[in-house]
Amino acid sequence: MVWKYIATRGGKIISASLIGAITIWIGTRLALSGQLVMAAVFVFGAAGILYVYTAARTYPWRYLVPGLVFLTAMVIFPIGYTVYVSLTNVSTGHILTKPQAITQIADRMYTPVNAPTYSYIAFKNATGQIALLLKNAANDLLYYNGKLTPVQPSDPRFVDDNGDGVPDKFLDYQRLTIRQVVKNLSYLENLSIPDGKYRLRMASLLAFKAYAPRYSYDVATDAVTDLQTGIIYYSDPKTGFFTAKDGKVLYPGFPVYIGLSNYLSILTNPLVSGPFGRVFAWTIAFAALSVLTTFVLGLILALLLNDPYLKLRRLYRVLVIVPYTLPALISILVWRGLLNTNMGVVNMQILMPLFHIKIPWFTDPTWAKVALVLVNLWLGYPYMMIVSLGALQSIPSELYEAALVDGAGWWKRFSRITLPLLLIPLAPLLIGSFAFNFNNFNIIYLLTQGGPPIPGAQTPAGATDILLSYAYNLAFKGGSGHQFGLAAAVSVIIFLIIATISAINFRFTGALEDLSKNV
Amino acid sequence: MYSKHTLLGSITRHLIIWIMIAFSLFPVVWIFSASINSTNSINTQRLIPKSLTWENYKNLFTDPLEPYGFWLVNSLIVATTTALFTVLLTALAAYAFSRFKFWGRRMMLLTLLLVQMFPQMLAMVAIYLLLYKIGKIAPWMGLNTLIGLIIVYLGGALGFNTWLTKGYFDTVPHSLEESALVDGASHFQAFVHIILPLSKPILATIFVLTFIGIYSEYLFASILLSSLHKYTLGVGLNLFLSGQWSNKWGIFAAGALMGSLPVLIIFILAQRLLVSGLTRGSVKE
Repeated sequence: MVWKYIATRGGKIISASLIGAITIWIGTRLALSGQLVMAAVFVFGAAGILYVYTAARTYPWRYLVPGLVFLTAMVIFPIGYTVYVSLTNVSTGHILTKPQAITQIADRMYTPVNAPTYSYIAFKNATGQIALLLKNAANDLLYYNGKLTPVQPSDPRFVDDNGDGVPDKFLDYQRLTIRQVVKNLSYLENLSIPDGKYRLRMASLLAFKAYAPRYSYDVATDAVTDLQTGIIYYSDPKTGFFTAKDGKVLYPGFPVYIGLSNYLSILTNPLVSGPFGRVFAWTIAFAALSVLTTFVLGLILALLLNDPYLKLRRLYRVLVIVPYTLPALISILVWRGLLNTNMGVVNMQILMPLFHIKIPWFTDPTWAKVALVLVNLWLGYPYMMIVSLGALQSIPSELYEAALVDGAGWWKRFSRITLPLLLIPLAPLLIGSFAFNFNNFNIIYLLTQGGPPIPGAQTPAGATDILLSYAYNLAFKGGSGHQFGLAAAVSVIIFLIIATISAINFRFTGALEDLSKNV
Repeated sequence: MYSKHTLLGSITRHLIIWIMIAFSLFPVVWIFSASINSTNSINTQRLIPKSLTWENYKNLFTDPLEPYGFWLVNSLIVATTTALFTVLLTALAAYAFSRFKFWGRRMMLLTLLLVQMFPQMLAMVAIYLLLYKIGKIAPWMGLNTLIGLIIVYLGGALGFNTWLTKGYFDTVPHSLEESALVDGASHFQAFVHIILPLSKPILATIFVLTFIGIYSEYLFASILLSSLHKYTLGVGLNLFLSGQWSNKWGIFAAGALMGSLPVLIIFILAQRLLVSGLTRGSVKE
């Protein structure tokens, strides 16, 4: 009975056990490396997946799990993690966890007063192993086979071939010349030989020195003591540093929960909130201008090219759609070259010869904004033209015939029939386009890099930065290192803005109700 | 709505359109001229070059400091793999939503829609730190790996795509599958052998849209990839345009044009799918 069960279900059982074993192994490794939360998430996730693929009633979920794994790991979890990071001070100098920071601090050494210094002779054998004879006035030491032992100069294992009083051989080891020592420098530099309370390390090309650990961490008081000076650094949960009474801190620090400080500094610190307000205003303006300009131009072209009396319209349609067929990323970079103030084609080959003007496209805040809208217009109007052409087809021609009979002019027909009937199907796409441009990182970052900079801003903000590129600069490009916590706070604010816009949109259009009825 | 043009009306219309065509083709024409211009420098560029050369195209693949070949191949690998897996993950999920009634179905569909509204880019800090940690345990999928980058992109695979595909699957008649199920096929077999072949247009659409989107992705590629040979095309070309770029304008132009080819080719092959897909989305049926 059991055997028959195993025979028919063998494949499943074996693969399930295998997955179980691998899960436990990875989970343990995560837990051992201190990532307890990740270990728990991983093990529970894997258990859930195993359940879905073995129980009969969860059959439909088997089709969802592969996509959901990626969605959870790379979107949902990171969103939660972003919120968490925004409440911390994670940034350059506060990236390592506290235990990692303590390990790094405890690794540091200093030279105690009266610490012995040794000159040394290095030997190497045929298999590449190295032995050291460490000498000073008081005693001689032998480092051999990973062990340090006192040794007498007269030890018979040393052979002095040329009688100069310096041994040339040790067992089958040959003495290294200075030149050979230099070749083995990286090995020698990494040696750290325990010697009682000291550690012997290479101090110069010719000498080893005794060092002692400089800091000791005490779990009970959660403090680090500087053994050289006696100063005690207490762990400060507000700043994420080990701090002495006089305010001196030890690097690196560690991440700490700082509550809403990042948000408060965005809202109240004038050096941060001033640029933030400008960035916010430009983000809205850029998205709105982009939608407006591309839609107007796209619609004009659609109206022209939908005209059955227009000759060559098929050819025209192909030629004006060209921007849409090229990767936007590359087009933006090309435009950056073309618009360059002193060398670009637009200024030097067109505007200068024809009008004798040179436009500072990227150095003047206003012109940089014009450049962005212009290039985004180039990128975006073909899309608007295509969707408008599609929507135009769906307007019944009887309406126009009736309007003609009533004597309505060109403008009346357009404003009373075409535009309202177009906007019904196109409104969701226009809102979508607004949302896209609200976070259109590529064009901002690749065309102007957010520049020119806003003078006097404490954070790296530029006149053409949008919220997303501003957060990017804070996290990855700032002159003052990675400010992950602050950048995450900006991201969360963008989240909230998008959520508000979407909620209003859904409320306004009832789209969510429509959709939930249809599922 | 339209009537015959007067002569003046006709001239005006053609004039407007030709101005637009000039705007549309302006960068393309200049960049092509720069790419075959033998001077290479932007300062001496003329619309019609004095002498022609293909050197710029050759030089793209010879400079070890700017390994354009690697960038192009990396971009193709990343975009193709991401697009393939996106189609696979989407089709699987859409099949469940389209064919089964199960606990959590409605909630999941709405969740996908809501999650889709928040661009993944907003979580860049978290994703960077996550990959940094993953890399400590499994370096082959951590920072500075194409696999890590692809995994990040696949986070966005479900979402709007699933809705689109589910809608298409809904229009495939159930009777075909039912006869297969009666003949003893499993649901999965019916999915692979009946639904997928009948849904090629929507699967191709999702492949193409994903490919084009990922090919132009810059943010994640720039923060996750850090060594020259791992760069994708966008990150690499951006590097081209920094520093002393004015004397490399010709090579840059050649690189930009050649890098545009994959997307252009895919667009030409799939233009009917794309244009009809866009207009279908805009017109309520």
